[in-house]
Amino acid sequence: MSTVLFDEPGPKARRRIRAATALGTLAAVALVALAVRQFAANGQLDAARWQPYATWPMWRYLLDGLWSTFLAAVVSAALSMAFGLALALGRVSPRAWVRGPAAAYVEVVRTIPALLLVYVVLFALPRYGLDLPLFWKLVVPLTVSNAAAYAEIFRAGINSIERGQTEAGLAVGLTRLQTMRLIVLPQAARRVLPSLVSQSVGLLKDTSLGFIVSYGELLYSGKVLAAYNGLLIQTYLVVALIYLVVNASLSKLARTLEARQPTSSVTLRRRIARA
Amino acid sequence: MGVLLEHLPELWQGLIVTFQLTAASFAGAAVLGVLVCALRVSPVGVLRALGTAYVETLQNLPLLVLLVLAFFGLPEIGIKAEPLVTAIVVIAVYEAAYIGEALRSGVNSVSKGQGEAARAIGLTFGQSLRHVVLPQALRTVVQPIGNIFIATTMNTALAGAISVVDLTASAQRVNLVEAQPIPIFVGAGVAYGLIAAAAGFVTGRLERRLVILR
Repeated sequence: MSTVLFDEPGPKARRRIRAATALGTLAAVALVALAVRQFAANGQLDAARWQPYATWPMWRYLLDGLWSTFLAAVVSAALSMAFGLALALGRVSPRAWVRGPAAAYVEVVRTIPALLLVYVVLFALPRYGLDLPLFWKLVVPLTVSNAAAYAEIFRAGINSIERGQTEAGLAVGLTRLQTMRLIVLPQAARRVLPSLVSQSVGLLKDTSLGFIVSYGELLYSGKVLAAYNGLLIQTYLVVALIYLVVNASLSKLARTLEARQPTSSVTLRRRIARA
Repeated sequence: MGVLLEHLPELWQGLIVTFQLTAASFAGAAVLGVLVCALRVSPVGVLRALGTAYVETLQNLPLLVLLVLAFFGLPEIGIKAEPLVTAIVVIAVYEAAYIGEALRSGVNSVSKGQGEAARAIGLTFGQSLRHVVLPQALRTVVQPIGNIFIATTMNTALAGAISVVDLTASAQRVNLVEAQPIPIFVGAGVAYGLIAAAAGFVTGRLERRLVILR
């Protein structure tokens, strides 16, 4: 343990660390005990209230919801990555009339809540004759908003490729487009892969907006289930647990990919965080 | 345009609620975020584990799930609060994970030699933190924290799902009455854009003044 803040602890510091360990453990245990007591005092720990979640039909219903979540997340991720890549290419284009609109899209969309976009698709578009199926009422706003986020990730990746690479490509007679496609993009894609996975965790979290459009994803399934069996806190806790397991696995994948990056990914991450 | 002016009082009220939600939850998140960061960089294993568990849990749960769980679940175990208060607390707890991580990346970006030099000239832990490490750490995270502020503003829109009438929810309500979605939603979008632009302007200025070139 050697960071900017500490050296290897000496005997005195080790004593203090032991004391803090004991106190920290005590505080954590007390917190859990308090929560359990609160649950028990209100009868929420009764076996009858948890027993349904030991049965298969309940889980099958929730896993169906999880499948719909995946479907919405995968389709929106694919669409918004493609759209985002196009926007990123637009933003690094040498032509101002391409750069301007792409930049405007990204800057504007990044400041609008996804929920507002959901309402636009839900209430505004039907008035103008565009009544999308339920699935697309969730996927379209998610795509619109996440494309901007993916665009910034791709742009940071493209900008992180040393200029000499582009110059070399142009020097051997490739066109600008060929240089981008054959030399810059493959390297950029590799570098931003961990960030793409992290952003996809964010997108998967966003699919919970299906709760509002009544698209049967995981959170909405939980709502229906809770209305049916009246086990509000149990149901939403189980739903939360499922989200946690799925997203934590994805986040772990992002970290693994990050660890495999050769160099400079820390600076890149910082650049993406700033973008 | 007319419809916007006609419903200005409701929309204005919604905007005020959005401001309240953002300001209160961001302030809470800042305080809690400092605590989370402190846990994660502490030399005590148990505390580091607690900090990591906090960040991992909160960053991997959708905010809407937390809001719904708190709004419908907490009364079941005898904890009742106003929806506005529930929303503020939940959003603060959620964003604290992000602020904690931003601060931690700031602390980690200070080079090790700085801390070693501070200790070598005999500064105590508190002194080296206050005079050497923190000033550099905070300056590097101005921009990320600004982005978290903007994200917080956008995330407050979800409070509508637990019956808090913020800007998005009031735009939605006005639209239900007037059925003129375009001006109403564009108006609300512009308001969010202005908040974000103001936040971006302030952090941009701050960063230019504070930036450390390494």
